[in-house]
Amino acid sequence: MTSYILRRLLESALILLGITFITFVLLYLVPADPARQIAGRSATAETVANIREQLGLNDPIFVQYWRYLSGLFQGDMGRSYLQRAEVATLIAARLPASLLLMVSAIVTELVIGLTIGVVAALRRNRPADHSLMIFSFVAISAPQFVIGILLLYVFAVQLGWFPIGGYGTFAHLVLPSITLGLLGAGWYSRMMRSSMIDVLNQDLVRTARAKGLSKLRIITRHVMPNAILPIIAMIGIDIGLFMSGIVVVESVFGWPGIGQLAWQAIQRIDIPVIMGVTMVSATAIVMGNLLADLVVPLIDPRIKTK
Amino acid sequence: MKTLMLSGVAGLAFVATGALAQVDQDAPQGGEMVVTYQDDVATLDPAIGYDWQNWSMIKSLFDGLMGYEPGTTTLRNELAESREVSADGMVHTFTLKDGIMFHNGREIVAEDVKYSLERVTNPATRSPGAGFFSMIEGFETWSAGEGEGLSGVEVIDDKTVQITLSRPDATFDHVLALNFASIVPREAVEASGEDFGREPVGSGAFRLAEWTPGQRVVFERFEDYHRAGVPKLDQVTFNIGLDPTVALLQLRSGSADVPGDGIPPAQFLQVVEDPDYEDQIVEGGQLQTGYITMNTQMEPFDDVNVRRAINMAINKDRIVQMINNRAVPANQPLPPTMPGYADGYEGYPYDPEAARQMLADAGFADGFETELYVMNVDPNPRIAQAIQQDLRQIGVNAEIRSLAQSNVIAAGGEPDQAPMIWSGGMAWIADFPDPSNFYGPILGCAGATQGGWNWAWYCNEEIDRRAAEADAMVGQPEAREEAWRQIYLDIMEDAPWVPVFNEQRFTLHSDRVAGDDSLFVDPVHIPVNYDYIYSTAAQ
Repeated sequence: MTSYILRRLLESALILLGITFITFVLLYLVPADPARQIAGRSATAETVANIREQLGLNDPIFVQYWRYLSGLFQGDMGRSYLQRAEVATLIAARLPASLLLMVSAIVTELVIGLTIGVVAALRRNRPADHSLMIFSFVAISAPQFVIGILLLYVFAVQLGWFPIGGYGTFAHLVLPSITLGLLGAGWYSRMMRSSMIDVLNQDLVRTARAKGLSKLRIITRHVMPNAILPIIAMIGIDIGLFMSGIVVVESVFGWPGIGQLAWQAIQRIDIPVIMGVTMVSATAIVMGNLLADLVVPLIDPRIKTK
Repeated sequence: MKTLMLSGVAGLAFVATGALAQVDQDAPQGGEMVVTYQDDVATLDPAIGYDWQNWSMIKSLFDGLMGYEPGTTTLRNELAESREVSADGMVHTFTLKDGIMFHNGREIVAEDVKYSLERVTNPATRSPGAGFFSMIEGFETWSAGEGEGLSGVEVIDDKTVQITLSRPDATFDHVLALNFASIVPREAVEASGEDFGREPVGSGAFRLAEWTPGQRVVFERFEDYHRAGVPKLDQVTFNIGLDPTVALLQLRSGSADVPGDGIPPAQFLQVVEDPDYEDQIVEGGQLQTGYITMNTQMEPFDDVNVRRAINMAINKDRIVQMINNRAVPANQPLPPTMPGYADGYEGYPYDPEAARQMLADAGFADGFETELYVMNVDPNPRIAQAIQQDLRQIGVNAEIRSLAQSNVIAAGGEPDQAPMIWSGGMAWIADFPDPSNFYGPILGCAGATQGGWNWAWYCNEEIDRRAAEADAMVGQPEAREEAWRQIYLDIMEDAPWVPVFNEQRFTLHSDRVAGDDSLFVDPVHIPVNYDYIYSTAAQ
């Protein structure tokens, strides 16, 4: 097990290294000059040349990449071209908000998704099942921007139950979590439903019933633990989905997370910030996948780690 | 040396239409205001900040020697008590006001002026505004990283600073009123280093009380501000990160007072037609022109007749209608509120028939193929489509290249890449209310370089010479204004651009805050003049 984890960690590190390289090259190839962005409209050619020189943008790409990497290994992510602040500080100020939103969205999607999935599976092909599946279909298809504005309008403006965007209290967290979690809830409800139906048809259920167990006990002790397995593996992969979702959701709700930071940095080709946010989200995704792979064997001994 | 004594600066300033604003300087103090913005504040360092959002914030935190009457484009002394200008316009001597304080409690002295001007022009500062100060003696060497500072800035005593120019320049007063010329305390800059933009210390009407990245910036009244009775509000809170649509919801529910990003285009009609908002919508002109550039060094736009024909092919009224009349059609580079605007000029008429004939006479009876670059944010692609349709009417097939802002800017800075560019969303809003600001970088020979902003690659050396002459006309505003007017009319003869429209700004405010309309669409304190808006709850 230890060697497996070590090997997976090494693989993850290599993947991250690859991601830094690809992102760096892509940013280098973008046909726009960061020095011009910094210099502004009224700058003379000398000013631009001076900025380019100071930031080392004249060096060959491999020199620049090497400088970035060696900084990174010493824990230095560089300074934002435009804000002039340390990238690490900028990210650290925003990461907690994004993590909070993400965790809370995972809880939301699991609670909503699994509940719907279980109910739909038990009421298979009845009106309740049909309407729940229509709901999950809408949740998957609707753009998060629209859902967010809609929720804000109904629950914050009309009913006044929640604040209109912002950050700080539990009440601020509810609508963004639902907006971000609804997409996953849609997927999970469908997965849970089919997974439950699979398990319900298996021999173990018949055996349990033959033993005279109550229906509730069969479902909670035998069916759900089996049905939930494929979903656990999904949560890790979900983090990647969330990383793109938070850009939208954070901007609708004014949530001070890294999605907002990334979006602004991309607009202005603020390379150190783009690199930093990419690194942090890539790390989160890689770690999420790794955790999922490690957790699944613990729940289901049939899956062996090799 | 004969010196010309001026009690104020009104003698030198242009009188723009905005000067009619009726700002109540005696409005009561107290109360607060909440302003929303979508983007986080990039920096509050006056040497670095150069965007739509932090421009006015920095003006509230910092002061320079010069400033503007609120809501207008009329220059006034700010930190300077008085100043003398030598007869040749080359030597400017400023006397500082008494008892002017930085937010850290230290009195401002002449040495601070010298330090601040040297900081912004120091190449190590990487200021986007350094180039504005090129008329100060010693700029060339200092900005190249040589020498011991700006030789033209001399401290006479604690209250007096003398600035010598290397050439007479009528825009110098405006340059001193730019954010880049704000006076900063050396000790605070050195203590914060690169983080000064997060921990700004100035002498403006407000001081920074709180900055939570991505969430909130709070300004509070600076009690020792040098103008009595200013600012009006005790506190201004900027709520950051809200989509403009959501900001409107906040305004409706009473948790915000001013949407800093204005009324979002998608909600525009809904808002202006809502009777609830009738008294709270404010409209103002801005020093902005939207235009199509034609690369005068690429075929077939190297032929002036082709460029004139294109000018006659664009239906500007329809484009203005398309964006819900949030603009007025333009016929010349300068916006109507800018001194030097030619009132009687008719421009090129919209006449596709004549345009087609002109193209045929120029040897393009069958039209030609070209490309139109445009920034990919609404409404610009839609405007580009309208332009495309207009061009098709005269047989010109323009392929639309819709790209991110920085990519369009990069394409325009290449000599042979973008035949046509629609400037929407990128250029040009004046840095200061003076006609010269619409020339140098975007129409002058200096801007027609690799990476420059003269996307038409238009370079008329005769006009360049006249522009330099006009800027040297110190102390004769009428003659200078006339010279600039004629320059822009002659540029229209060469037709490097199709001027399309001048954008109007629309915003609104809650009934908890008040002030002259001009404060909410201030032409200089863009977008909002925070210093003079007052609370209706204040006594």
